[in-house]
Amino acid sequence: MDGAASGGPEPGVGGPGGGRRVVATGVGVISALGLSTASHCEALNEGRDGVATLEIEDIDRLAITRAAQAKAFVGEDRYSRSQMALYDRTTQMALAAAAEAMRASGLEVDEALGLRCAVIMGTALLGMGTIDDNYRDVFQEKKNRVHPFIVPRLMNSAPVSFISMEYGLKGPAFSVSTACSSANHAMGQAFHMVRSGAADVAVTGGVEAPLTFGTMKAWEGLRVMTKDVCRPFAKTRNGMTLGEGAAVFVFEELERAKARGAEIWGEIAGFGMSADAGDIVQPSVDGASRALRGALADAGMAPEEVGYINAHGTGTAANDRTEVQAVREVFGAHADALVISSTKSMHGHALGGAGALEMVALLHALRSGVLPPTINYDEPDPECDVDVAPNAAREAKAAAGVSNSFAFGGLNAVVAARRWDG
Amino acid sequence: MSDAATDDDVARKVIEIIAEQAVLDPADVKMDATPDDLGVDSLGLVEAVFAIEEAFDISVPFNANDPTDSDFDISNVESIIAAVQGLVKAQKG
Repeated sequence: MDGAASGGPEPGVGGPGGGRRVVATGVGVISALGLSTASHCEALNEGRDGVATLEIEDIDRLAITRAAQAKAFVGEDRYSRSQMALYDRTTQMALAAAAEAMRASGLEVDEALGLRCAVIMGTALLGMGTIDDNYRDVFQEKKNRVHPFIVPRLMNSAPVSFISMEYGLKGPAFSVSTACSSANHAMGQAFHMVRSGAADVAVTGGVEAPLTFGTMKAWEGLRVMTKDVCRPFAKTRNGMTLGEGAAVFVFEELERAKARGAEIWGEIAGFGMSADAGDIVQPSVDGASRALRGALADAGMAPEEVGYINAHGTGTAANDRTEVQAVREVFGAHADALVISSTKSMHGHALGGAGALEMVALLHALRSGVLPPTINYDEPDPECDVDVAPNAAREAKAAAGVSNSFAFGGLNAVVAARRWDG
Repeated sequence: MSDAATDDDVARKVIEIIAEQAVLDPADVKMDATPDDLGVDSLGLVEAVFAIEEAFDISVPFNANDPTDSDFDISNVESIIAAVQGLVKAQKG
């Protein structure tokens, strides 16, 4: 990479390659599109819209009433009464996705391996359902007593703790909260830890359960949500749609995965991050470009290798325009040879969990040769003149790809991955 | 404010709200000034719209995602006042 030739990459974005290779050997998903990786990916291929009228308390007091809600996910069907006392919906979804990922990986965690396993999850908010319910009790119902486990139930790191407890994972474990980049920052840390040898396995990803009355009210206040349909990159786009869900991966050192004959989903190749140091809500081309370049440099990946970009693609006027400019700046003429789609058009914007749901889309695209579409696309925008795979998935073999997250507050995180051909 | 909120009341209150966002004396808020002229950025506009909704108990159709494309005309102070006067009549009249 140019960065290495000219004396190393930009400060703060990590050095190219080196260390051990890292692959994904297990994936688990809960989203509005499905309650398993297979159903989620099938929906991506079909371009299915996961957005519908929200079913929550006090919906009649909301101006924005549509979201990508995982309505089929019912915690009570999966967990006991005593578990439900401790599990916010955030933890419920994270544990369900982790269970699928662990099962798929075939990993058997004994005491020795447990000590070498990290758990790093991205979550932007807290257990918002727990907060909403208990604020209702104390403020609205005037109750003077709440359930004794509200604190462990609502804390941002609860999903990490419960995953580590469930599987006996005793290595480095923490949650990452960087708004809409949380999952990418979490997976980036997990990747670097396995690559460097700080851990041999990392259970990582992101989760968010923000579809509560209070959280919806707060997002309404920002006035960046669409009242109708989320149309990323389309000229007619008028805002984003919230979603909920979890995606969890098992990242594993390559030789270890090969030795035990694990099924490999793809190689996690690089990670780049940057801060805009600009505006608390407006995105920046410079910050986004630096994170993209950082990820490519970290992966030792030439821009021309990239065939697919899973966009941050929120469907707001500012994000999509800025993101396309950043891609053009980094990829130059090659920007016209790749596909850049926003799967948020289907699974909504799951905030701290978004990057993880989108990492599923990226790995699935590389592995299956089916690039997911941007749905609801009706009219091209000259300011977003890239191939967004409008409305229908595209069959195309991509050797490598990146997944972008550009959070409010200018915290950017990009993960790069390569197709695994065995 | 009640039904008695006349156009003048509305204008006075809207100017007050805009002045607060612009950190200006209400007397210095010119009718033809744009939000840009007043140094009110997108965050300031969202806050001003919120203050207007609270002051008149109305709902303002303002989309921060693309302010110029909203049904709420924010070209300048005069257009904002006219829009709010219309909304007050429509929603409280």
